[in-house]
Amino acid sequence: MKAAVLVFPGINRERDMARTLRLTSGREPAMVWHADTELPPGTDLVVIPGGFSYGDYLRCGAIAARAPIMDAVRAYADKGGLVLAVCNGFQIACEAGMLPGVLMRNSRLKFICRDIFLKVERSDTPFTRGYNAGQVIRVPTAHGEGNYAADAETIARLEGEGRVIFRYVAPDGSRNAAYNVNGSTNSIAGIINERGNVLGLMPHPENHVEAAIGPTDGRGLFAGLVDHLAKAA
Amino acid sequence: MKARVTVTLKSGILDPQGKAIEGALRSLGLSGVSSVRQGKVFDIEIEGGDRARAEALLKQAADKLLANTVIENYRVDVLG
Repeated sequence: MKAAVLVFPGINRERDMARTLRLTSGREPAMVWHADTELPPGTDLVVIPGGFSYGDYLRCGAIAARAPIMDAVRAYADKGGLVLAVCNGFQIACEAGMLPGVLMRNSRLKFICRDIFLKVERSDTPFTRGYNAGQVIRVPTAHGEGNYAADAETIARLEGEGRVIFRYVAPDGSRNAAYNVNGSTNSIAGIINERGNVLGLMPHPENHVEAAIGPTDGRGLFAGLVDHLAKAA
Repeated sequence: MKARVTVTLKSGILDPQGKAIEGALRSLGLSGVSSVRQGKVFDIEIEGGDRARAEALLKQAADKLLANTVIENYRVDVLG
């Protein structure tokens, strides 16, 4: 897996992400600066990591979404290239028009920094083939603006087309307002684009991959991607 | 030329920040406030004196960056 991790000023999760990519794929990812205009040749996964690009000025992800490298990322995605957008990366992907909707301030106004439970809705995507459909995973989350919102028509389309990939749930997998930590519409934690090659999610699977520091439920996402790319090659 | 772009949340979009401000106004004892919605104001200086051009430019700026039209409306005022 030849991964490229985008680096914007104010991003702070890029090294966690790079470490996880190295651990799970055995290969060092390329770090790509926001002012670059090209991705490294042969890139087969672009990762937009978490953090606080541009200090969340204007709106979370709004400035980064207009950075020079994003034209290359959009062109790459248009050709079917895989893009994984985590946390601030999800906000950037929405602002860049690569995913529908918007991440708004958490409904309870608090920054949430703790483990949460996610239901994996589908296992037949390049990002989730390491899981079973319906599986509940425990991963950390850390955000103040993760409250997913879109107009009713967009939500109906996402649901109808099976494009909601992760949902905030109770440990037993049931949907419950108390576990919808940020107030997202339909408990949406992660969605995929129409073509199925761009995934955005708020929680951080890259932080739960090593037994030495806790659960390893995030590993399935990266192992699945490695597997997918090995089979595609 | 001076201009102002005002960005506001569309109606029906939950505004937890506005709600918190509303609550704070009530706890200050300022009665009669029934609702608060928070928005943004951009004061922008435009080169040249062509009003129509300035309006078109600011509309582009708002569509492309200043507002997220999924959840926000905007208004452009060229103040002269």
